[in-house]
Amino acid sequence: MRAAVVVFPGINRERDMSRTLRLVSGREPSMVWHADTALPVGTDIVVLPGGFSYGDYLRCGAIAARAPIMDAVREFAEKGGLVLGVCNGFQILCEAGLLPGVLMRNTRLKFICRDVYLRVERSDTPFTRGYNAGQVICVPTAHGEGNYVADADTIARLEGEGRVVFRYAAPDGTRAPEWNFNGATNAIAGIVNQRGNVLGMMPHPENHVETVIGRTDGRGLFQGLAEHLSSAA
Amino acid sequence: MSPHQPEVTPDLVAEHGLKPDEYGRIVKLIGRTPTFTELGIFSAMWNEHCSYKSSKVHLRGLPTTGRCVIQGPGENAGVIDIGGGLACVFKMESHNHPSYIEPYQGAATGVGGILRDVFTMGARPIACLNALSFGDPGHPMTRHLLSGVVAGIGGYGNSFGVPTVGGSVRFHARYSGNILVNAMAVGIAEADKIFYAAASGVGMPIVYLGSKTGRDGIHGATMASAEFGENSEEKRPTVQVGDPFAEKLLLEACLEIMAKGCVIAIQDMGAAGLTCSAVEMGAKGDLGVTLDLDKVPCREAGMTAYEMMLSESQERMLMVLRPEKEAEAEAVFRKWGLDFAIVGETTPTKRFIVRHRGAVMADLPIKELGDEAPVYRRPFLEPAKLPVIGAATVVSQLSVADALEKLIGSPDLCSKRWVWEQYDHIILGNTVQRPGGDAAVVRVNEGPTALALTTDVTPRYCEADPFEGGKQAVAEAWRNLTAVGAMPLAITDNLNFGNPERPEIMGQFVGCVRGISEACRALDFPVVSGNVSLYNETNGSAILPTPTIGGVGVLADFTRSATLAFKAAGEAILLVGSTEGWLGQSLYLRDICGREEGAPPPVDLAAERRNGDFVRTLIEDNVATAVHDISDGGLAVALAEMAMAAGIGADLQAAIDVRTGVEASTSLQGPDPVRHAAFWFGEDQARYVVTVRNTDLAAVIELAEANRIPVRRLGTTGGNALTLPGQRPILVTGLSERFESWLPGYMSGGPRRSGADFESP
Repeated sequence: MRAAVVVFPGINRERDMSRTLRLVSGREPSMVWHADTALPVGTDIVVLPGGFSYGDYLRCGAIAARAPIMDAVREFAEKGGLVLGVCNGFQILCEAGLLPGVLMRNTRLKFICRDVYLRVERSDTPFTRGYNAGQVICVPTAHGEGNYVADADTIARLEGEGRVVFRYAAPDGTRAPEWNFNGATNAIAGIVNQRGNVLGMMPHPENHVETVIGRTDGRGLFQGLAEHLSSAA
Repeated sequence: MSPHQPEVTPDLVAEHGLKPDEYGRIVKLIGRTPTFTELGIFSAMWNEHCSYKSSKVHLRGLPTTGRCVIQGPGENAGVIDIGGGLACVFKMESHNHPSYIEPYQGAATGVGGILRDVFTMGARPIACLNALSFGDPGHPMTRHLLSGVVAGIGGYGNSFGVPTVGGSVRFHARYSGNILVNAMAVGIAEADKIFYAAASGVGMPIVYLGSKTGRDGIHGATMASAEFGENSEEKRPTVQVGDPFAEKLLLEACLEIMAKGCVIAIQDMGAAGLTCSAVEMGAKGDLGVTLDLDKVPCREAGMTAYEMMLSESQERMLMVLRPEKEAEAEAVFRKWGLDFAIVGETTPTKRFIVRHRGAVMADLPIKELGDEAPVYRRPFLEPAKLPVIGAATVVSQLSVADALEKLIGSPDLCSKRWVWEQYDHIILGNTVQRPGGDAAVVRVNEGPTALALTTDVTPRYCEADPFEGGKQAVAEAWRNLTAVGAMPLAITDNLNFGNPERPEIMGQFVGCVRGISEACRALDFPVVSGNVSLYNETNGSAILPTPTIGGVGVLADFTRSATLAFKAAGEAILLVGSTEGWLGQSLYLRDICGREEGAPPPVDLAAERRNGDFVRTLIEDNVATAVHDISDGGLAVALAEMAMAAGIGADLQAAIDVRTGVEASTSLQGPDPVRHAAFWFGEDQARYVVTVRNTDLAAVIELAEANRIPVRRLGTTGGNALTLPGQRPILVTGLSERFESWLPGYMSGGPRRSGADFESP
């Protein structure tokens, strides 16, 4: 796994992400500066971490989506390279047009930091092969703008094509409004692009990977990615 | 000097918060009438907030040295050695006045300011905490203030990228006109790479870094050194506006140039901005400073020297750089998109000279600006001792079970989840114990070392007996750190009081500081940094004396830390420490009986230490399965919190005194419900609840007896209810519902209820 973590000004979970990538893959990821125009040679996955790129000013992710490095990320994705965007990374991917839709303010208009339950809808993507379809995982969220919204056609297509990968759910996997804490359309927590090589998700699997700190439900995502990349190599 | 400055008149002097005799001192010091700019500089340096003129003589009594202390008070933050070549840098500071006027920005910039204090010293911030005091829940402003302050703390810390891991929220009518927002930041640095403010070398360039200077926050520190009157809202323009994005960039840029060895001295621009930072750098280095204000990056055109010197625009730093590394440092700042300008130089003259548009706007002796600030020995009046409340005089219609249910859903004791869920408390991936426990536990780098962090004070005790209250604030911080298994190391103190010109307020201050000193000495728990906030009064009505203590402790192995949740059914529940049933100033007396009366519980510091060391040993030896300190609300509330955290109940019917073998329950039953209340809700100090496996019970009791530690078996964990002797079973789920529902209900705008009038749903 030769991961490249993109650092935009104001990003603040790049250390959490790089530690997790190192813990799971045994290899230190490259940190790539937003003003660079190329990814390191041999990169096999690009990660856009969480944070407040450009202070969330203008609109979450809007300025970062136009950073010089994003052309290289777009090109990498077009060639089928894996791209993972978490939290602000998800917002940036939507703003960059790599994923459809937009992340609006949480319905209760407050930033919420809380462990949530996600139902893994598919296990046949490089991002979710470490889980079983229908499995429920517990991972933390920490955001004020995670309410996924798209037009009805887009939602229908996402659902029809099975591109909703993670959904907010009750601990037993059932859907209920009180567990969809940010009000996302169809309780969507994470989606992939049509080709299935770009994932955006609001929760932070990178913060639930160490037994000594707490839960480890996020580990499956990174372990699955590492296995996918080593088998592809 | 400049012809364009207003004339200095007695009215202008008064507007600057300077008393006539203080102005006389200025004239005598410089031998002439000060210019308008100079008057502004003096008012910034000599206000209470910056000069500590009323508090200084008393603060000298605090113990500030100890084995772990690398840097005590006087720098941007305190520094302690935590082993392994690492240092912990921390401080707590108030932002009370601005937060009342403009809660979001006031609280946000409070967090920003304290973070800057920590990373100015070369430390990367790893955690924030806070201590918040609000007015009566029924007061029309309270909901607005609470909502804005919490959003501001979260808005800044979340964006900056530091976990807010702990704190406290209290309500009392005495804060209705003056809320308290105390913010604490904690960082980690290599112990031999700490950066200080003292400039060195003559002719060294002084560099301005960070955001541009605007007209915000002018006279913020002076505003914070005065009481509020009827029109405090008019002071809104004195509140600064925070930009956490700029601060995050400033952090990364500062740490980068520090690592490259570019920095000789560094000082953040906090209260009184450019004035205070430049004067401190020069004065601490025995050097003069000349500033050229034409070089200062400004947000708007036409700013005067006076405005630039007094602006409290945020996210700015002043540095002395190694001349040969200047280009390298500038490149780093440009990379992060921050302003970088050489705005002056150090001189051998010990003069503070400010030039603007070709004119000298100020020319003052730099050492005297700080050193010659007035120092007051204000008269103080020690309050009379209050009577001890006998348990027999305390009468309530409520049963113990009903009282417990009511207390657990009361504003002060209810869950503060609504607050801490708005703070990112897990970012950086090191939060071992999240908010809601006795102390937060945060792993240091990759571990196994961790820090335990807490903020504590019981203002009603401080009001009733400042000396015992001061002791108790320190003892409770020490106890909370101990309860998670940490060795308490040092504290930061944030002393919030009313108008020191009133002898009774000064008496509170003096008493609390003496109590803090005594406890710090007895517990080897030195003060390494702090902040004093006076004049927390509106129209002559002062806050409760609130000396907030921020405590830091260290755990050698964070995987051994203890939590308060019961771990399994069938474990023995022990009470460590003696119980007299002290109800004076207890929450039971206040919230159940409607009486805010009596002497607060005395603090036996020797017992604190003995009992705490015993509990810490049980944690280190992996014998204690759950630990909780006993504080507000007493034993019953502590047990309820342990049960709710686990969803496991407890049978407490057979509270057996292990020393005498007498069933405590026999003395608690029968016709005397008063004693019941005193036992379950008394707030005696130096106590913990500890659970142990039954197989360890005999050994633990033996160890306690050998060390003369009072230990009493209260009962056994298990079931889904708390069962107290002679009481109906109290379902844990029912308790949790009350515990979690008050604050969300209140904030969602239900009917306003005061703390005293509050009835459980």
